[in-house]
Amino acid sequence: MSVLTGNLSPGDHSVTEAARNRRFGPIYSRNVRAVVARGLMATKSSNWMVMVSGFFEPVLYLISMGVGLGAIVGSVQGPGGQEISYAAYIAPALLAVSAMNGAVYDSTWNVFFKMNFAKLYQGMLYTSLGPMDVAMGEIFLALLRGAMYATGFTAVMGVMGLITTPWAILMIPAAVLIAFGFASFGMGITSFMKTFQQMDWINFVMLPMFLFSATFYPLSVYPQPIQWFIQAMPLWHGVELLRQISVGVFTPATAVHVGYYLVMIALGVLLTTGRLRRLFLK
Amino acid sequence: MRVSELASKESRVNRPSDDAPQYVITAENLTKRYGDVTAVDGISFRVPAGEAFGLLGPNGAGKSTTMKMIGGVSQRTSGSLSIMGLDPEQHGPEVRAHLGVVPQQDNLDEELKVRDNLLVYGRYFGLPMSYLKPKADELLEFAQLTDKARSKVDALSGGMKRRLTIARSLINEPRILLLDEPTTGLDPQARHILWDRLFRLKEQGVTLILTTHYMDEAEQLCDRLIVVDKGKIMAEGSPASLIRDYSTREVLELRFGSERNASVGAELEGIGERLETLPDRVLIYAHDGEAALEQVTARGLRPVTSLVRRSSLEDVFLRLTGRSLVD
Repeated sequence: MSVLTGNLSPGDHSVTEAARNRRFGPIYSRNVRAVVARGLMATKSSNWMVMVSGFFEPVLYLISMGVGLGAIVGSVQGPGGQEISYAAYIAPALLAVSAMNGAVYDSTWNVFFKMNFAKLYQGMLYTSLGPMDVAMGEIFLALLRGAMYATGFTAVMGVMGLITTPWAILMIPAAVLIAFGFASFGMGITSFMKTFQQMDWINFVMLPMFLFSATFYPLSVYPQPIQWFIQAMPLWHGVELLRQISVGVFTPATAVHVGYYLVMIALGVLLTTGRLRRLFLK
Repeated sequence: MRVSELASKESRVNRPSDDAPQYVITAENLTKRYGDVTAVDGISFRVPAGEAFGLLGPNGAGKSTTMKMIGGVSQRTSGSLSIMGLDPEQHGPEVRAHLGVVPQQDNLDEELKVRDNLLVYGRYFGLPMSYLKPKADELLEFAQLTDKARSKVDALSGGMKRRLTIARSLINEPRILLLDEPTTGLDPQARHILWDRLFRLKEQGVTLILTTHYMDEAEQLCDRLIVVDKGKIMAEGSPASLIRDYSTREVLELRFGSERNASVGAELEGIGERLETLPDRVLIYAHDGEAALEQVTARGLRPVTSLVRRSSLEDVFLRLTGRSLVD
């Protein structure tokens, strides 16, 4: 059957032959790991400094705000009503922000470049890969990076004595959940972007979300309508979720925060896959 | 080289069955519209296994769009298309598992090294590493890139990148190789190396589907071709039969200077079988070009330059569309 050497038996195409009878056949070939493997291989040759800087950013914020500003603020009231240091109050919020930033960077700027300049996805989609394989693979890579940052940051929190409960270890998977939500949506949104100017809009949304999502002070300082608005934004749910986990206080709201991200992930994956299909399989 | 050693075995495997030829591509009334623009306008063709089939036409004729529909990365507006018995829209991943694609612009993975480009691309097809590692080395040799295996992609020359793209397209041992303008932008030497590689593949029974706007390339490589213009098929046949049907054996090219080319037409009336006046030159189609030139000088006309050459596909295209192929 094969053309050049005859080394390849038809069974070697099993990944694609099997595609015939499965769901999402035209868009998904169950080969996400090939996209992930490519990403890891590419990382070997990429600039490690960029990756490391992503880790330091929240750490620097924690030191300056938590330790510096915290010296004036003193202790504040945590989610369960207990007194905690200001650094312990903002640390989980900064972790949520770093999960967001890492995921958004990977799924927007990175994807924008690959989509429009490196033409990477065009090449991928001329193989057995479907758009869903590509989307899931890229999102997974963003999560891997998010998980590394989250682990590092949690370790820093431990060293600084900001962890008081074993529950805090759950902040790592929760941060990955947050990253998943942002990565899946970010990639879908990026697919609409055509120019660098449009890409700047992403920062325009991210910065206010970072500053005002109850990151550095409680939501109660705002008037009610603004509180509702912020509660509709994804980052606030991430901040609250991690803050609850950091002290081991769980309420029905915890489930709402998790649910928010599950819905965001589902919608984001659908959006991204649909967009890739429209863009490359038109 | 391993590739050619095994070629004899391959030609046996891929030889079409004795009776009816086995078509690997069947297109019926294939149409693609983008909004109001009809890029491909109801074309029909069939390609038997092992053939080198060309789509010749100017930029914007609908060649690349046709290629994309064959690869299942562009959805047709109407008509039917079957690649090895499968509809590429319904079975995109399966069809592409047996296709090799060389796009118009190289889209190599610049973040990976040369050999890794082949390995990773093979992984996209779900092929195992135990198969891919020896295959990658074999293809690097085929593409004359063995000593560049560990280089970065952006360190390669244009011709090397093109060869790597072709090597990459062969990683899954495709039965059909789609080549979209394979030699555009390459210098003559690089083109000839590439043509040689494509010949070898054809010898091994790979079906080649090739778009080009270079008539010499079409004449060199294609067993059969369709001339496409504005989304429609203007003519179909082997290069030789197209030239025979639509042109004369020889062509006399005369240049009288851009001022006079147009006005001299009337004075050349009756020489040869047909006359074509272009802005930069006048073409006289004749069985015997030298004899035609003698007639021209006998009429007292003194062209600045004159050239007798054999007819090419360029002339076929000119005849069919009234325009020249490369502007």
